[in-house]
Amino acid sequence: MSAGAQTPGGPAPRRGRWPWIGEGAVAAARGVVLCGLALAGAALLAAMVLALGTLFRSFGPAPSGPDSFRLAVVAAALIPASLLGVRWLAGQTRRLAGTWCGVPIAAGYRPAPRDAEAGFLRRLRDRAGWLLTDAATWRDLLWAAVSGCLGWLLALAPAGLVVYGLIGVVLPSLGDTLHQPAPGRTPYLGSLPAWLAIPAGIAIAAAGLRAGPRLLAAYATFARSMLGPTRQAELALRVRHLAQTRADTIDSGAAQMRRIERDLHDGAQARLVAMGMTLDAADQLLDTSPAAARALLAEARAASAKALAELRDLVRGIHPPVLADRGLAEAVHALALDMPLRVHLASELPGRPAAPVESAAYFAVSELLANVSKHAHATQAWIDLRHEAGMLRIGVTDDGTGGADPARGTGLAGIERRLAAFDGALAVSSPPGGPTVVNMELPCALSSPKTSSC
Amino acid sequence: MRVVIAEDLFLLRDGLTRLLEAYGLRVTAAVDNGAGLLASVIADRPDVAIVDVRLPPTFTDEGLRAALAARREVPGLPVLVLSQYVEQLYARELLADGSGGIGYLLKDRVSDGAQFVEAVRRVAGGGTAMDPEVIARLLDRNSADRAVATLSPREREVLGLMAEGRSNAAIAQRLVITERAVAKHTASIFLRLGLQPSDDDNRRVLAVLAFLGR
Repeated sequence: MSAGAQTPGGPAPRRGRWPWIGEGAVAAARGVVLCGLALAGAALLAAMVLALGTLFRSFGPAPSGPDSFRLAVVAAALIPASLLGVRWLAGQTRRLAGTWCGVPIAAGYRPAPRDAEAGFLRRLRDRAGWLLTDAATWRDLLWAAVSGCLGWLLALAPAGLVVYGLIGVVLPSLGDTLHQPAPGRTPYLGSLPAWLAIPAGIAIAAAGLRAGPRLLAAYATFARSMLGPTRQAELALRVRHLAQTRADTIDSGAAQMRRIERDLHDGAQARLVAMGMTLDAADQLLDTSPAAARALLAEARAASAKALAELRDLVRGIHPPVLADRGLAEAVHALALDMPLRVHLASELPGRPAAPVESAAYFAVSELLANVSKHAHATQAWIDLRHEAGMLRIGVTDDGTGGADPARGTGLAGIERRLAAFDGALAVSSPPGGPTVVNMELPCALSSPKTSSC
Repeated sequence: MRVVIAEDLFLLRDGLTRLLEAYGLRVTAAVDNGAGLLASVIADRPDVAIVDVRLPPTFTDEGLRAALAARREVPGLPVLVLSQYVEQLYARELLADGSGGIGYLLKDRVSDGAQFVEAVRRVAGGGTAMDPEVIARLLDRNSADRAVATLSPREREVLGLMAEGRSNAAIAQRLVITERAVAKHTASIFLRLGLQPSDDDNRRVLAVLAFLGR
């Protein structure tokens, strides 16, 4: 992600001749907020250090009266409070760095201990241990210290330059009264004419506005060096993600096996047993009542047709034959042909992804199309399949009523889980009234196109 | 009538041969792969080739491609493709040259020998035999179409049977109505869908399929 002025999270480009003026003003205001967060962090850190000092002194050789005891209690309470405060401020800075400066910062905290059954004291100890042993907490404190000393200047720079420049503009009119040089000292502006302060002030303010977004991004990058996860924390996050998705994958695999087992047991298998009995009954009746035997044979044939249809559906659900035959693009085309709405397909896949990825992508599209035809009241849908920069990208858009929410409904969440097993991601935009746009990304390589054998 | 069969599973190949011979058709060759199909089609010039979609060595859509290749080799060769599952996509590819003599059926259909042999004869005669499942999905896809929506349930039934490739006589027999009633229904359907009526059964089927598949 670039950290320039036109960042995804940054201000939208403004119309007009000098859009940078508006952007600069916004950046200056945001810088003031970020500066406030940094200074507040530094203040909390200072409070914490003071409290620690007080605590040490109260255990020292100095005479301890009731007053010093009370002071020690307050200090002891202040330390965890300010620690949590710094963490909260760091969290806000992370969030704003992403949305305002286009420099997203991931939090590298370890997950909080979850032991609802433990007693109060035990929980308190666990939480304190969790807070204090997490390197990310100490890095937050480092951020508070460094930002409080230096970083805040960077955040405040855009606003500072603008204000300083504007003061320069109005200076000449006040110069005589405010900056009357004391006798015997050089005048404020030296020998230069006072009006020069006006263009200089405009230039400084303009520089502040112009550089505002970039200065802000620089501050965010600086903050990231302390607030972002370390390599080790990143790896820990990765391991956690992998463990989670692996567990999900195993679960869903096992669930699918159980479903297939049940479908076979209750479906085809039961039908074949029934068919055997029907055929046996027909055999018994063959001599005495050929008409009844014929009716039973017809019944057996119907049962075999049902069993075949069920097996076919089962196979489709495991691995659609057309996907194996022709690959993702053609299989999606086949899906589109079976939809009761017009589906426009654009695909640019020069080869085939690995089979598991292909299958995950196919079922994701299949589920999305099923959603579209069931819930969206859409008349048309567009599917876009392409492979770019090592990513299989799939977009599914419909002209329906919108309002799809991945947080509700298990369908979208299920797709997300399935894609996560391949480090894939799903993004849904579905405002009420539509249209719904779902974008999916799956990192994968393509094999060379399969050569046809005839 | 002379038939060539390409089917890799021995049980089915053998069963098909016996079934067809029981109905008085002659199986000149029963092969288990695409290359064999091509060779025997060229050598035997059969009246119809019955081909399984999934054949060695790839066990994907080898049979479909072999069938299309055979039709290129022997223009107008009637081909009946059998499959464990049906796809509109493949139906379209088979029908793409618009010349008829095409069948595309689920393997399940062989369990009704009389119906199946009727379909084989129809394809051999230059007609069309589309699986009811393909047609059901085609109709489903067109259910929102305004012209299709104006059809009465009976007319829709007739449309489906027509798309499968059945003649008026067969439709009449199936629905237990007179052939004149079927003719009336088909005239009404062609009017509603804005299609040119045609006395030629085959051209009629292709027009209906083209309309539904557009």
